[in-house]
Amino acid sequence: MNHLDILENQSVFIMREAFNKFENLAMLWSIGKDSTVLLWLARKAFLGHVPFPLVHVDTTYKIPSMIEYRDQLVKEWNLQLIVGKNEEVLKSGVTYPNGKATRVECCGTLKKDGLKQVLEKHKFTGVIVGVRRDEDPTRAKERYFSPRDKNMEWNVEDQPPELWDQFKTDFEPGTHIRIHPLLHWTELNVWEYIERENIPVIPLYFANEKGERYRSLGCAPCTFPVKSNARSVADIVKELRHTKTSERSGRAQDKESEDAFEKLRRDGYM
Amino acid sequence: MQTTEQLKIVIVGHVDHGKSTFVGRLFFDTGSLPDGKYEQLQEIARRRGVPFEFANLMDGLQAERDQNITIDTAQIWFRTPKRQYVIIDAPGHKEFLKNMITGAAHAHAALLLIDANEGVQEQSRRHGYLLHLLGIQQVIVLVNKMDLKNYDEKVFQHIETEYRAFLTQLGVTPKMFIPMAAKHGDNIAALSSKNMPWYKGLTVLQALDEFNVPPKPTNLPLRFPIQDVYRFDHRRILAGRVESGTLKVGDRLVFWPSGKSSVVNTIERWSSPASLTASAGESIGVTLTEQIFVERGQVASHEQDAPGVAREFKANLFWMGRANMEIGKRYKLKLTTQELECEVKSIEKVIDASTLGQVEKSRNHVARNDVAELTLHARLPVALDNHHRIPESGRFVIVDDREVSGGGIISGVKYETRSRDGVKSENLTWSKGEVLSKERAIRNGHHGAVVWLTGFSGAGKSVIATGLERELFSRGMQAYVLDGDNLRYGLNANLGFSPQDRSENIRRAAESAKLFADAGFVVITSLISPYRVDRVRAREIMAEGQLRFIEVFVDCPLEVCEKRDPKNLYARARAGEIKEFTGISAPYEPPEKPELVIQTSKQSPEESVAAVMDFLLQTVGVADTSYAI
Repeated sequence: MNHLDILENQSVFIMREAFNKFENLAMLWSIGKDSTVLLWLARKAFLGHVPFPLVHVDTTYKIPSMIEYRDQLVKEWNLQLIVGKNEEVLKSGVTYPNGKATRVECCGTLKKDGLKQVLEKHKFTGVIVGVRRDEDPTRAKERYFSPRDKNMEWNVEDQPPELWDQFKTDFEPGTHIRIHPLLHWTELNVWEYIERENIPVIPLYFANEKGERYRSLGCAPCTFPVKSNARSVADIVKELRHTKTSERSGRAQDKESEDAFEKLRRDGYM
Repeated sequence: MQTTEQLKIVIVGHVDHGKSTFVGRLFFDTGSLPDGKYEQLQEIARRRGVPFEFANLMDGLQAERDQNITIDTAQIWFRTPKRQYVIIDAPGHKEFLKNMITGAAHAHAALLLIDANEGVQEQSRRHGYLLHLLGIQQVIVLVNKMDLKNYDEKVFQHIETEYRAFLTQLGVTPKMFIPMAAKHGDNIAALSSKNMPWYKGLTVLQALDEFNVPPKPTNLPLRFPIQDVYRFDHRRILAGRVESGTLKVGDRLVFWPSGKSSVVNTIERWSSPASLTASAGESIGVTLTEQIFVERGQVASHEQDAPGVAREFKANLFWMGRANMEIGKRYKLKLTTQELECEVKSIEKVIDASTLGQVEKSRNHVARNDVAELTLHARLPVALDNHHRIPESGRFVIVDDREVSGGGIISGVKYETRSRDGVKSENLTWSKGEVLSKERAIRNGHHGAVVWLTGFSGAGKSVIATGLERELFSRGMQAYVLDGDNLRYGLNANLGFSPQDRSENIRRAAESAKLFADAGFVVITSLISPYRVDRVRAREIMAEGQLRFIEVFVDCPLEVCEKRDPKNLYARARAGEIKEFTGISAPYEPPEKPELVIQTSKQSPEESVAAVMDFLLQTVGVADTSYAI
């Protein structure tokens, strides 16, 4: 087994544990490279099937081609999709693009609260999320099976121990568990795997004529492309082997304060 | 395509012995810091009015930056020309032992830091002991902060002698000891010829490249724990990860602790190169040639080199729980994919991990951060191995009040050659009453039996069942119908229609039928029972009770059933109102060798009942009675 086989088999094991242990299980799909790889791994784990619904928290500010790409894959791969929107806040217009909220506040209502509403409505007790340890120092501290309390908060100072692939699968009613099958992957691994498996990804990741590409995808007003000439998956793999800029450097909400992203995540952001 | 080996290293040691600083320095010296990170950290230090610290590189959380200690394990990646490394920085504070264990349990190798100024401390020893329990064989000891001791060789030698003796007691042989000063980078990327000319060994970076990624245990005996059973189509696929050894298509597998056996028919993967074998580390699915009932928790092996099966076993355990672990209290044991209730039978000794001395002669609890030798007793037999033989099936965790609270490794398992059937009844015995079945049979004039009607909804099962019951009753025989819908009203009210729930529905029906038949009744079950393997299990349940089992396939084409649709169910299933409806949106597996087939599209209800009666009377009749049947 090479390193990608090891990563893949571990993720499949985790996903199968989640499917066995959680009756109301869903997977977050942000349309980005990570959760699309996650989707591919689900099909590996369940032999071509995806036996749970996908949840897309739509802020309505996503880059438009992301929605087209989403709907196309839903059709081709026969997926069950649940779209969640924080209608109330969208109606009130208290969002960052309207200038009525800060970036972090906007993430808090449209993404975090939007997610909370979907979880409550469908009573999901297990949510599979494609976060990785190498993305950010707070995600580096995550567990594969990570509990969230009734208010969706993450008690990062008192996390369950995790050893020998035995996970925390017992939880109190009203709480839920986030399951992170990609936790041990790096950004480079994700692209190496996309290359090997030939997984379709949204073209926003490839450099345009202006020599810019998206490295991480989010809402249009807060996500910026980075300078790059990588026009193919192979180019991206080559670029990442040598880069020294961080993956989320194009995500503006992380930079509002020293611990902006940490606060968002403690409160229940993905 | 280029493949990159990934080696995971945990950095452990007493709090404040310089782990985070070392990692920061390692990154700086190897040019692995992201652009601007060094400047950013300097800026943060300046703004906060504190001296610049490499340690802050690893501190992901505000609390960690404020308190200057690592609270949780952090991971960070870097590469040398040889390969990629995952560096796991584990907290050294006793308070955060479970986080240290979480970090260390994922590592291939460990770097243990000891402060030259403070020498070997409590957590230095405790961490050494835990590395041993976690099964980490490759250890390098770094003697840090040599600058505070004027780079004195004697200080280094003294610590090496003391700590090497401690590790040797545990059976751990450290690969090497390296003196260093992380703050200044001595002996990390380059030898410090100016400060420590006496040290001629490897730099830390060179030493890292000496570690190996331990190979997957493909050469050990096969252990394939079943993780789940999937029925996405007509097939029943056993999903799991090969923990050790290799399995091939055509291999005969024995499933433990039940002892059932079958042959691998196919190995299932999706969008992967086909292969007739699967080895340790691979998550696969398998199908079997014969339908036997296997569920999550069973561990497959070859006939040779089977795991041990026991309810009681010895273990070395570390405890991380808030409440003490106590003799007699019930806990959940998780070992491979087995989960069951257990209790501590006895505590042989509680060990002070920092001295290896025994704490007290007899104590009836294990407290947080203790390690102990003890004996566990599980409610049912468990398939297990000695940890030194097969680590993957020789270690377990203990769940207390929903929290993973302890971990342990198993020793003292005796491997026996044993027959395939039969560990189940070891302590749980079927209590036989005073009245013998034979006596019941003579009084009733017939034996108890189970007539198992299976077929589509609308095939005519209920009509046959009620007709049969009336016919038997009018002959003075003890008869009773167990109707699927009636069972779902009460006994099975908590079950739905997922494959798992259907399976449980059938199991309960079968167990209930067994009790009735044991009481001397002819039980007629009327259930769709679509899965072959569930009916096989029902047959096995009756065989255990030495009861007659007559499987009757009520065969009727789906179109005819749908046309009849007495309960209007097909129409609703077609409209999508009922999900997982057999024949429409869920499979039906016809019996392979039923005792009887009734074709209700060709036979009238009366003819059908008569056909079953003919067969039944020959089967349940009692020879030595005057009662005329």
